This record gives sequence, C-alpha cells and structure tokens, in this order.
Amino acid sequence: MGPLIPQEIIGQDWNLFIAFVVGIGFGFILEQAGFSSSRKLAGVFYGYDTVVLKVFFGAAVTAMLGLLFFSLFGWIDLNLVYVNPTFLGSAIVGGIIMGIGFISGGFCPGVSFSAIAIGKIDAMVFLGGIFIGIFMFAEAYPLLESFYMSGNLGALKLSDVLGISGGALAFLVIIAALVMFWLGDLAEKKFPREEY
Amino acid sequence: MMKTKYMNPYLAGVLLGLVLLMAFFFSGRGLGASGAVKSTVVSLVSTIAPEHAANSPFYSKYIGEGKSPMKSWLVFEILGVLVGGFLSGALAGRLKLKIEHFPGISANRRLIFAMIGGILFGFGSQLGRGCASGSALTGMAVLSLSGFISMATMFGTAFALAYFFRKNWI
Repeated sequence: MGPLIPQEIIGQDWNLFIAFVVGIGFGFILEQAGFSSSRKLAGVFYGYDTVVLKVFFGAAVTAMLGLLFFSLFGWIDLNLVYVNPTFLGSAIVGGIIMGIGFISGGFCPGVSFSAIAIGKIDAMVFLGGIFIGIFMFAEAYPLLESFYMSGNLGALKLSDVLGISGGALAFLVIIAALVMFWLGDLAEKKFPREEY
Repeated sequence: MMKTKYMNPYLAGVLLGLVLLMAFFFSGRGLGASGAVKSTVVSLVSTIAPEHAANSPFYSKYIGEGKSPMKSWLVFEILGVLVGGFLSGALAGRLKLKIEHFPGISANRRLIFAMIGGILFGFGSQLGRGCASGSALTGMAVLSLSGFISMATMFGTAFALAYFFRKNWI
C-alpha cells in the first residue's frame, strides 16, 4: 500500500504537511539526543562522546530493517521509494569536503537547525556559511558541471554491487554497527569527559 | 553510567529511524537538510537577479513556469526541525542564546571555524548531492551505494583530520 502519497492513497496536497510533521520529529529527537551541541558531536572524533555514532547507525539500521520488513509484508513498494543515484567522482570529493567541514564546524546541516532552534549562535554562523558555500557552488557550476555529472552509475544499491540480497547487506551493517557501538563504549571509558 | 541530561542514544537512534521510516512510508523519500538551504539560495538569487538566474545552468533547473523552489518538501521539513528542536529545548530548559565553544579557544575562533565548516558543508553537499541526513543517513537506509560512499568519506575524512583540529575541541 505504501508509499501513500506517490500512490495517491493520500492526496498530494498533504505532502508538505507530512514533511512538516516529519521535520518536527526529526528536530525534536536531534535536540533530545544532544545534537544541538557541537562539542558533543565532535566528541566522536576524539572518543570522549560517541553519541553521533550510536544515533546515526541506530537510525540507519532501524529504517533499513523497517523498509525491508515493510516490503516483505507488502506494506511498501520499494520501487517507488527514491534511491539517490551514485555519481562516483562527485560523491567521493563531496564527502571529503563535507568531512573537513564537519571537523571544522562541529555540525552538519541538519543538526545545525536543531542547534539554531535553541539559540546557538555558532550554529547560526555555520548556517550562514552553508548559504555562502551553496552560492559559491551555484556560481561555479558551469565549471564544475562535467565533473558533477561524471561517473554516473544510476540508482545503484550496494547490495547489487556486492551481489548479495538486501537482507544480507542489512545483516552485515547490523554487525558493523554493533562493533562500532562496542568500540564507542570503550573509547568513552578511555577518554572520559564531563558532559556538555 | 554517567548521569546525563540527554536521551539514551540507542533510544534516540531507533526513534530517528522510525521518523525516517515514516517519511519513506508516506512520501516515498527520506530526510534532508542542505536541499532546503539550496531552495532558499535559488529563491533569493532569482528574486534579486532574475536574469542571471534564468541564464544560469544551475538556478534555471529549479525555476520557471509552475516551479516555486520554496514549496518544497525539504523546506517544510526544515521548518518542522526548527519547531521540534525549539520544543525539545524548551522542555529541557536549554533555550539560551550562546556561542558554545571549548574553553581553550576564544568565541571568535569558534565562529570563524563554524563559518569555514558551513561553507565547506554547503559546497560539498551540492557536489555530493546531499549532506549527512539526505545522502548518508537516507542513502544507507535504502542501501544506496552513494549513501555508503558519503558516510565513509565524510566520517573517514573527519577522523583522519581530527588530530590537526584537536586544539579546537580538546
């Protein structure tokens, strides 16, 4: 039956309202988890606070399993769920640039909005930077276009690259997540710090 | 266990995953953030310099007859994030205007690095077709190769460079 809006089980007019409600949940949980603090977020890179790792992988595994089970039960048609396409070169270079941005700024764009909502001035400046960065990309786009469009592999899934089923890949991701949770706990014991 | 004022991270992870699942189930798409800023940049530029926007291969993708960049899913989702974040902060007594930084550095230094980080994230999110929420988290949930590449390069680079930025954080 799902996804409900692309199949017009719920009218298209509801889509932006759903987006708003989803956003409230997203922002509330980010703030509750402590993602509104850049010092807490950056903690993962120094081992003193691994909440990012736990929330990020916890969420990815939950949604991944949810989709697989919903599909198994016939509750959602995965062909109608958007899979972001892979453009090899730009995905790798974009990820590296964002990684430098993460360790410099201590936020990523989504969490910066939850930090702005509670009055963090550093998050407001970070958002100002995002505006500038996107504007720079937009203005430089004619120069970057050929690289941006290179290495197009389409909406490719990692499970297809590895030649395994979606369920088998999810199982591997769960194992990886559990190992990382364990390493995170070890790191927090080794580098204890007061909480921010 | 240390006493904490925040939600248990595993519980928060599962709840965030359910919110993401809700987005897939209703709208057939996942979460995001940088896309909302992109829509705002496109609107601003096409209002201030309509001719420049119409002639640009970037802006012209999002404007024109019947297209309004601000009526987008991600713009409304981000408005929700601001409301949700505010509600959580209000309930927890965390609403306060402040520059948060490691005591070993000045507030100005924190703001300069926040600005640099934002610029890099803004630029990188456009090149990489989405940020941590749109490309890495949502992408991994749908098993997209691109999602795994974003996650690995983003976290991997930040880990690799952590040593050089340590004076800002510890």
